[in-house]
Amino acid sequence: MSESNALSVVVLAGGISHERDVSLRSGRRVADALIAAGHHVVLRDPDASLLPFLANERPDVVFPALHGSSGEDGSLLDLLAGLGIAVVGSTGAAARRAWSKAVASSLVGAAGLSVPDSIVLSHEAFRELGAASVLKVVRERLEGDLVVKPVSGGSAQGVSIVDNPDGLPRAMVEAFTYADVAVVEHRVFGTEIAIAVVDTGDGPRALPAVEIEPTAGVYSFQARYNAGETTFYAPSRLDDAVIAAASEAAILAHRTLGLRDLSRVDFIVDRDGRPWFLEANVLPGLTETSLVPLAIEASGSQASVLYSELVRKAHARAA
Amino acid sequence: MSQRDVPESASSTHQLAWNLTTRTEFAVTSDGVPQRTGNNLDPWYANYAERAAGLAASEVRALFAVASRPEVVSLAGGMPFVSALPQDLIVSSMQRVMTEQGPTALQYGSGQGIPALREQILEVMSLEGISGTVDNVVTATGSQQALDLVAKLFIDPGDVILAESPSYVGALGVFRSYQANVVHVAMDENGLIPEALRQTIAHLRGQGRRIKFLYTIPNFHNPAGVTLSASRRPEILEICRSNEILVLEDNPYGLLHFDEPAPDALRALDPDGVIYLGSFSKTLAPGFRVGWALAPHAIREKLILAAESAILSPSSFSQLVVSEYLANADWRGQIDTFRGVYRERKDAMIEALSEHLPQLSWTNPNGGFYVWVTMPDVLDSKQMLPRAVKELVAYTPGTAFFADGRGRHAMRLSFCYPTPEAIRLGVRRLATVVNGELDLLDTFAGTGTLQLPPSSGYESAPPSDLK
Repeated sequence: MSESNALSVVVLAGGISHERDVSLRSGRRVADALIAAGHHVVLRDPDASLLPFLANERPDVVFPALHGSSGEDGSLLDLLAGLGIAVVGSTGAAARRAWSKAVASSLVGAAGLSVPDSIVLSHEAFRELGAASVLKVVRERLEGDLVVKPVSGGSAQGVSIVDNPDGLPRAMVEAFTYADVAVVEHRVFGTEIAIAVVDTGDGPRALPAVEIEPTAGVYSFQARYNAGETTFYAPSRLDDAVIAAASEAAILAHRTLGLRDLSRVDFIVDRDGRPWFLEANVLPGLTETSLVPLAIEASGSQASVLYSELVRKAHARAA
Repeated sequence: MSQRDVPESASSTHQLAWNLTTRTEFAVTSDGVPQRTGNNLDPWYANYAERAAGLAASEVRALFAVASRPEVVSLAGGMPFVSALPQDLIVSSMQRVMTEQGPTALQYGSGQGIPALREQILEVMSLEGISGTVDNVVTATGSQQALDLVAKLFIDPGDVILAESPSYVGALGVFRSYQANVVHVAMDENGLIPEALRQTIAHLRGQGRRIKFLYTIPNFHNPAGVTLSASRRPEILEICRSNEILVLEDNPYGLLHFDEPAPDALRALDPDGVIYLGSFSKTLAPGFRVGWALAPHAIREKLILAAESAILSPSSFSQLVVSEYLANADWRGQIDTFRGVYRERKDAMIEALSEHLPQLSWTNPNGGFYVWVTMPDVLDSKQMLPRAVKELVAYTPGTAFFADGRGRHAMRLSFCYPTPEAIRLGVRRLATVVNGELDLLDTFAGTGTLQLPPSSGYESAPPSDLK
């Protein structure tokens, strides 16, 4: 790339969140890819010096590789917009829609996607109404195996699978340790897939679906960040028609939530081939063991090429 | 046809096919379509040695990442407060080394370490009642390396190592890497309990297990903060001697007492049955990575050969700078300065705990870096850690200090690195964490089991650069 085509990019990674470590890994990979593409890249941890730094330096583009807290809850994205700085990825408002798994599920469900039956419960509700009676209603309403997760956050942190009724109270406590609101969801059995949606200027398109097969059966934190403990199939081994349907569903979720540039939508495909929406990620993991980089490779592209395209698109958008 | 329909044997062929490709070279069929083969992102995953089994990323370790943020008060790490060390003392030592012994400092040295420094180490150890010969001192890249070398010399897979309950997380990791089984021995406010040691040995021997050594931190224990009383020391040694069990005495904190000095080292009482590990990491600075072992001569010979095999020689430059510092600086006075700093911080922590968390109990150490906090049984320190991250405080869950899954209801707080003000703030935040968790557990009380299922095995150690 000629020097004149190079953009100045600030990659944001770290922050104060449960996923700080994951974000730092994502940020370094993004920075490496953008440097390989010829851009001038600075990696920053968002702290008290960040906003003055950006206001002063006016980089061409900011690439947030933040997971959790101010990154994914939309606050920082709104502030960057306020500074008039071009940002790769979604707006703050869209990030807020996806960041809350409860909000995302109801919007996506209303748009026609299959979403697992669920109940959203705050810690306060349990306190006010009595845990025993709330849990009784939950058990009556949602039969069979359940998944309990904090309303926000990633990397499977605070997520429990409840395969017998006695496990529910403990799973609630686990989720509430991470967030004040938890989602109790009917567990769908099937094949876990993740579909990256990218839009480099001609509308959102799905990258090849990545199928996830954790050796231990559950895609836990350990299974996500220890190479070797999960087998990925990119593209997925599912039938082409099933993958095509899931890919359409992913694009619909992306559009429904108003996401931009890059997202990852996670599904469980049941034995009938029906994709069940689990969640959409505004700032998906981009580490060595993450799903989006696998999808990019399987699509025949490279991270450096795709991230560079997204950076250029963000720059053009702000111009 | 879905690949799911492929017979089992064909799937394993696919698995194998992947192992021969890399991430960037996807296997393709003759018509250029990518093969739907699995990729576990580590083609060598099946090849790791069994001893590597514990080397894995963990959620707890990932949560520690926030400790590096200035907003977070970390009571989790074990970094000495090296800022209490006058920089000019170190700079002048480094300058003299380079001016007077530059070529030696930049050269390989002997595996045993630099003779002048080993002489000085004898002088340091004499403060704790130890006399020995310079020939039996082996310097190492931190006493952690000496610990690793001793473990390498003695442990066969399945051997038993006895350790206090709880014990140093870094030692548990080393023992695990040599596939030892750590068996914990109970301790109380006076350290290791002799009767518990006797019973544990008898029990293990009854099972035909092979015990290789007792690993002990007699002074200002990490993490428990207690000291083995003078009266118990000969008794512990006698139990080990009569059972032909070697003692590995790890003493990095011995000189950092707040009031009374610690009793004489175990090694002072038994030169033949004890390997002693010492360190400059806490009395000077860990950045030099200089520690040592004092071992009976036969063991020392093997330690030197093992050290040469592992690293050829410890850093000549570091050893010479430490030697120069010991020769020319008031190192005893500097240790007094450190004692004062840590005493003030320990007092701040104990006062803050009394004020903010009176419902918990804790040890009140007379030296070292750590307070061991015991919580009511309903609380689980590992479960609570994400909440602590939200409240901008970090601690090390007690589970890190056991090889058998215990320690859930305890945590280690360190007072070495944060200022007294930060310690007070950190403990206040910790109270918010504990009270928030108690409130949550109270909400769900009576609805069923709230405890995490018991886990066996080890936690991965906190990162070595944890504040």
